[in-house]
Amino acid sequence: MAENGKPKLALYWAASCGGCEISVLAIHEKILDVAEAFDIVFWPCVMDFKVSDVEALEDGEIDVCLFNGAIRTDENAHMAHLLRRKSKVMVAYGSCAMEGCMPGLANFYDRERIMQFVYHDSPSTDNPDGVEPQTRTEVPEGELTLPGFWNTVRTLDQIVPVEYFIPGCPPEAKWTEAAINAIISGELPPPGSVIGMDVTVCDECPRERSEKKITRFYRPYEIIPDPDICLLDQGLFCAGIATRAGCGALCPQVNMGCRGCYGPNEGVVDGGARLISAIASVIDAKTPEEIDAVLDTLPDPAGYFYRFTLARSLMERTRLERQNGHKVARPLEEVPRLDPALKE
Amino acid sequence: MTAISTSQRITIDPITRLEGHGKIEIFLDEAGEVANAYFQVPELRGFEVFCLGRPAEEMPRLTNRICGVCPEAHHMAAAKALDDLYHVDPPPTAKKLRELLYSAFYVTDHTTHFYALGGPDFVVGPDAPASQRNILGVVAKVGVEAGLKVINTRKRNHEVIKIIGGRVIHPVSALPGGMSKPINEEERQFIEEAAHENIEFALWSLDLFEQIVLQNSAYVDLILSDGYTQRTYYMGLVDENNHVNFYDGLVRVVDPDGVEFCKYAPHEYTEHVAEHVEPYSYLKYPYLKEVGWKGFVDGKDSGMYCCTPLSRLNAADGMATPRAQEAYEKFYETLGGKPVHHTLATHWARLIELLYAAERMLELVTDPEITSPNVRTIPTETPTVGIGIVEAPRGTLTHHYETDENGILTRVNLIVGTTNNYAPITLSIKRAAQAMIHNGEVNDGILNMIEMAFRSYDPCLSCATHSLPGQMPLEVIVRDANGDIIDRRSQYCTP
Repeated sequence: MAENGKPKLALYWAASCGGCEISVLAIHEKILDVAEAFDIVFWPCVMDFKVSDVEALEDGEIDVCLFNGAIRTDENAHMAHLLRRKSKVMVAYGSCAMEGCMPGLANFYDRERIMQFVYHDSPSTDNPDGVEPQTRTEVPEGELTLPGFWNTVRTLDQIVPVEYFIPGCPPEAKWTEAAINAIISGELPPPGSVIGMDVTVCDECPRERSEKKITRFYRPYEIIPDPDICLLDQGLFCAGIATRAGCGALCPQVNMGCRGCYGPNEGVVDGGARLISAIASVIDAKTPEEIDAVLDTLPDPAGYFYRFTLARSLMERTRLERQNGHKVARPLEEVPRLDPALKE
Repeated sequence: MTAISTSQRITIDPITRLEGHGKIEIFLDEAGEVANAYFQVPELRGFEVFCLGRPAEEMPRLTNRICGVCPEAHHMAAAKALDDLYHVDPPPTAKKLRELLYSAFYVTDHTTHFYALGGPDFVVGPDAPASQRNILGVVAKVGVEAGLKVINTRKRNHEVIKIIGGRVIHPVSALPGGMSKPINEEERQFIEEAAHENIEFALWSLDLFEQIVLQNSAYVDLILSDGYTQRTYYMGLVDENNHVNFYDGLVRVVDPDGVEFCKYAPHEYTEHVAEHVEPYSYLKYPYLKEVGWKGFVDGKDSGMYCCTPLSRLNAADGMATPRAQEAYEKFYETLGGKPVHHTLATHWARLIELLYAAERMLELVTDPEITSPNVRTIPTETPTVGIGIVEAPRGTLTHHYETDENGILTRVNLIVGTTNNYAPITLSIKRAAQAMIHNGEVNDGILNMIEMAFRSYDPCLSCATHSLPGQMPLEVIVRDANGDIIDRRSQYCTP
């Protein structure tokens, strides 16, 4: 606690888009309550930014740290370790920190492939000398450094222990408020809890559901769906069936399927595997061949089932193999048909 | 470049966000003058690679995660690239709905930038204590009622974005061939009301700028001062009349004399723009291919170009709406004709764009077909290559997709708004450093000058520097050759 008796709060972003920061501010005038209730010791995008100040704090001196963004570079990891050491309670805020989010889809690829495209093969890149960013560069006046870029996107809790998780891409304001209120009142749930509801998006969705029997999937641009009937019933992929509620089913209400940004429900180890089994249960087929025929109408199953959760999944990434001294990802097309038990 | 033995190094780390965190390194020579300044971006996420293998129609929902500050821009650039990819022409209502959403986004984005980030320097004053140069300071200066106007402008336009796009952050409703949902009459009325209020708000903001800035000769002198002047090429999207357009048109570039240099369609972008790589940054430096990369220098021989509100006004012949056109004419009359090279004038240009966006919203929402239920054209052709360009608030945004015959992505290339301005921002920082550091003495004004030069570009710094309390945190550390700190200056809004 600070001398004024207020709990000390830190907020930080790692590899993220900034949407989580906007979502914190989306609590509008209540942000003033936050400023009133907390002693904000670190919030680089809004206030005093000094890493050295954080380093100077006693271990455990920060009461709560809301950490958004995935871990993608040495710098991200350094800040995660530093803030963990200085914080009593670490919160993974938003989908990137919690499960890797869409940027976690990079785990289907590797560092080499990203460098090769961005700095060499991109049609707008002009790089006759084949320059690539380096962690250390000698310039005439001295040395410049960059943090190392990782092969694999990591979630926060794969790097440091995390007490609480706030899901969503980005989290809806009401859950941010709920978390803030819980911290202020001291009525925190048991460590390891996800701040949110434990029902599915379907429970919040006003669309009319029936006994689902899907004979094929349609791509979103292929049909104009009935506005009142369940999108999945109409053959449009919707992850709401195995996604935690809390968003208010925003996407289905504008005729677009859920993509799963709130992640899986309580107790689910692998969100993608859970989604596969949920989708499989509504396919109208009896034999493995029939099931395959229906699934063949869904392109990129890996990208649909693991859209937000690949980095946190049992697979974590595609297998890396050593080639010419570099670790490179095994091409996805060589990976056997998606199997949730596929560890490597 | 001749090698200079370093006697001092100044690190500004970080200067907050540019799709990540930025870092400025300023090196002094033995005489204590600025030898060079580097602006590094230590962040990369690899969207162009991990989107490969995904169905192209998912791109409006994948790429908005590039930036949570301007997801609407990526959503729209992606949607336009998909129309092109699938060779499909959306119904007129769908295009109008997209532009309507996009105009509301421009209103909220430009409003937050002006009042929370850029404006405080002028409204509260460049010499005011840092702790007052934020949105709260603006409210103190112009009154609580004014502060409420700003908050309500954000709120009502967020509501418009949610009505059309489904969500406020990371909208979902655009897809190849149109939009997923029409709007009804009740929603239309709400948006029309919002558009009227936006126009009033924009006019009020321009009036405020007139009273506080233009009627203060010290501020005008600052805008016109040499330290904030750079003669570069300017880029912006224009319609068939060469008027500014945010959603559609051709990319027009004018040279430092204001003469049209080129005008290109999305499919020609690689003929005109190339990206330079340096080993000390993960971000590339776009430049005009026909002029060439000449390093961090301005002028006609350097391919460096700017893409900001000021650049768009310079690159166009006028505004497409009447009151914005009046403001445009006054802008150039006051500042001595086209083009204007004063980066601080970008704030004024931003308010003129705010007025245009508001007027355009009203035109679109009162269009008789805006509530038509016909908002989708089902694509029937085989996808090949799709390139979509919109004008994002922070620069021309290009999405380029290639797919197999099933619409699965095989190549993705993106040139993102702020990236266009990477080289001119670096030059602005260097000029500020050169103006404020002499004989090894760091003038107190350096943080302010770098900050003000920086702010005019609005380089997708954090959303929150956009919001509350709007203070950009900066710290300059001066080290001697041994790396020991000999001077330290910081400018923070300490809570």
